[in-house]
Amino acid sequence: MEVLKELRKSLLLALWFVVLTFPIMVIRVNTITDTIEWRWERAILMAVGSFVGSFLWKFLLARQEARKSRQTAKGSSEASDDGASAQKSLTERLLARLGWTRDTLREKKVAIPALAILGAIVIVFPFVTSIYQSNIMISALIYVILALGLNVVLGLGNMLHLGFAAFYAIGAYTYGLLNHYFGVGFWIALPLGAAASAIAGILLAIPVLRLRGDYLAIVTLAFGEIIRLLLVNLSGITMGPSGVKSISRPGLFGLDLSYTQAITYTYFICLALVIFTVFIVHRLENSRIGRQLVAMGEDDIAARAMGVNTSRAKLTAFALGAVWAGIAGVLFAAKTTFINPDSFKVWDSVLILCMVVLGGMASIPGVIAGALILILLPEYLRVFSDYRLLIFGAVLVIMMVFRPGGMIPKRRKAYKLRPEELQGSAAVPVGGGEGDAP
Amino acid sequence: MLRLEGIKTFYGNIQAIKGISLEVNEGEVVCLIGANGAGKSTTLMSISAIVPPREGEIYFNDEPISRLAPDEIVKMGIVQVPEGRHIFPGLTVQENLDMGALLRRDKEAIGKDLDYVFELFPILKDRKSQAGGTLSGGEQQMLAISRALMASPKLLLMDEPSLGLAPLLVQQIFEIIRKVNTESGTTIFLVEQNANLALKIADRGYVMETGRITLTDTAANLLENEDVRRAYLGV
Repeated sequence: MEVLKELRKSLLLALWFVVLTFPIMVIRVNTITDTIEWRWERAILMAVGSFVGSFLWKFLLARQEARKSRQTAKGSSEASDDGASAQKSLTERLLARLGWTRDTLREKKVAIPALAILGAIVIVFPFVTSIYQSNIMISALIYVILALGLNVVLGLGNMLHLGFAAFYAIGAYTYGLLNHYFGVGFWIALPLGAAASAIAGILLAIPVLRLRGDYLAIVTLAFGEIIRLLLVNLSGITMGPSGVKSISRPGLFGLDLSYTQAITYTYFICLALVIFTVFIVHRLENSRIGRQLVAMGEDDIAARAMGVNTSRAKLTAFALGAVWAGIAGVLFAAKTTFINPDSFKVWDSVLILCMVVLGGMASIPGVIAGALILILLPEYLRVFSDYRLLIFGAVLVIMMVFRPGGMIPKRRKAYKLRPEELQGSAAVPVGGGEGDAP
Repeated sequence: MLRLEGIKTFYGNIQAIKGISLEVNEGEVVCLIGANGAGKSTTLMSISAIVPPREGEIYFNDEPISRLAPDEIVKMGIVQVPEGRHIFPGLTVQENLDMGALLRRDKEAIGKDLDYVFELFPILKDRKSQAGGTLSGGEQQMLAISRALMASPKLLLMDEPSLGLAPLLVQQIFEIIRKVNTESGTTIFLVEQNANLALKIADRGYVMETGRITLTDTAANLLENEDVRRAYLGV
């Protein structure tokens, strides 16, 4: 009976879609011959497509529900079952098929060769592929830094920030303008760009200290636009919409680098900065300030009751997030050698946001994967470039429904009990070492 | 230990507390009872400086504290268990407890306090690596109390610990509140709607009505008081 009901619902939905898309899908006015073409075959296609799509959608949703309820049943029957380990992730199920567990990946004899292979590929990459590929990879790495920066604000502090591209712009323009007017080099501009961006972060954070959620999102959105409009309109200083041209590439002890060499060099700088970012952000997560941020993001009142200075935590989060955006901006200016306000639109802020959400909030591997996928896939799928936004939207919707935690969700740290504690009670769980490696 | 003098607190233009004075002595359990909207929770929020008072002064060990920031208040040893079990739902039980000890650096004493709260609430030990949000209501309240104890408070402010709990659990929680008071000598200032139980474990009580304190006496006398019995004890 259930199935019949669902089928009827899908049928109605398909009919509705046919009606809805009728004017654009079926009717076409041929302006040359002044006739109307009726393309009925498209209506049929639409009907079948939406029928199958809707049915599949419902089937998958039902399956997810069933899995969830099975887990809760299991979780409550075994008190010792740790919530995180009850939930078998997709990766775990794939690994299980190979006869592995998550721990196998952490074992030294698997982890070290895997890391070594990855490292070798990453190092060899610019030498074996074309400059075009290296350039794409540099963009992707820059976005990895950006996404990791936003992750500090969004993933840890749980604050919706829709103007992140503004900090990116501040970093880029710091280098661009300093280079243009004073001939400042890349390596000096790098910390300056980060600092300028951090200061902007603090300046933005001061007025939004009391805001949360939607209101914060609106203010940050406006901030992003203000910065972009300033860059457009302060044409005396920033050269307006035409942008800053011929910015120098990163220098290497005054050596003269060919174009190819310069790109390869930039690639390695990006790579080093990505590793540096990952290292710092990972340290931050487990630090006192990181935990204050997480606490504040989870529950503002409880955090304050526990003695978290939420004002300072917010300022720190905005400043620390902005630092990485500033660094990414300097890298971007050095890579493209030309910047204009068009590179820092709302769309870029949204794209960075999507990387964090799609990859997995607060999860470093997730954010990296999100950034790489969202930059690399469109580059390699240029054939479908007309449908890029359509696919993008569909993927986001599907992800949010079926994997709300992102591709690689944050794994909550599970504590291992010390042996002397184990003697106390027999029923305590040993939460298998799935925390991040120290 | 804690003294409020003529405290007036506002939410925007609405005055929630219309000038109250009260005192909590060291080692006591003092409870503040009253109906909904009397200003009980606001009193605690004012002490914690989360909603700072507009007029009046709060003294802690004879030091004025009403101009301090919330985190400085916590540093002085005044820790609140907020109403409605504001725990961190995404953090594990252990991490929640660690957050309680955020401002402390004495590792050894923290470990001792951790053992102590696990002794008070053994169930939390079993649920150590479970996310706080997956705990039941009663367990969440236990976690909120334990988290506050991890800050090793001199004065523990508790806002409606019985809210939304089954009668049996309420009884248990109140017994533990009394136990914490006698065992570790923590002074407790308790805000409750469940006047009957609160007065049974308290030494002294204050009765609050629409922003004012209308009555104060020892807990035993309040339990006998005709007005209190009619208004708050339902007899």
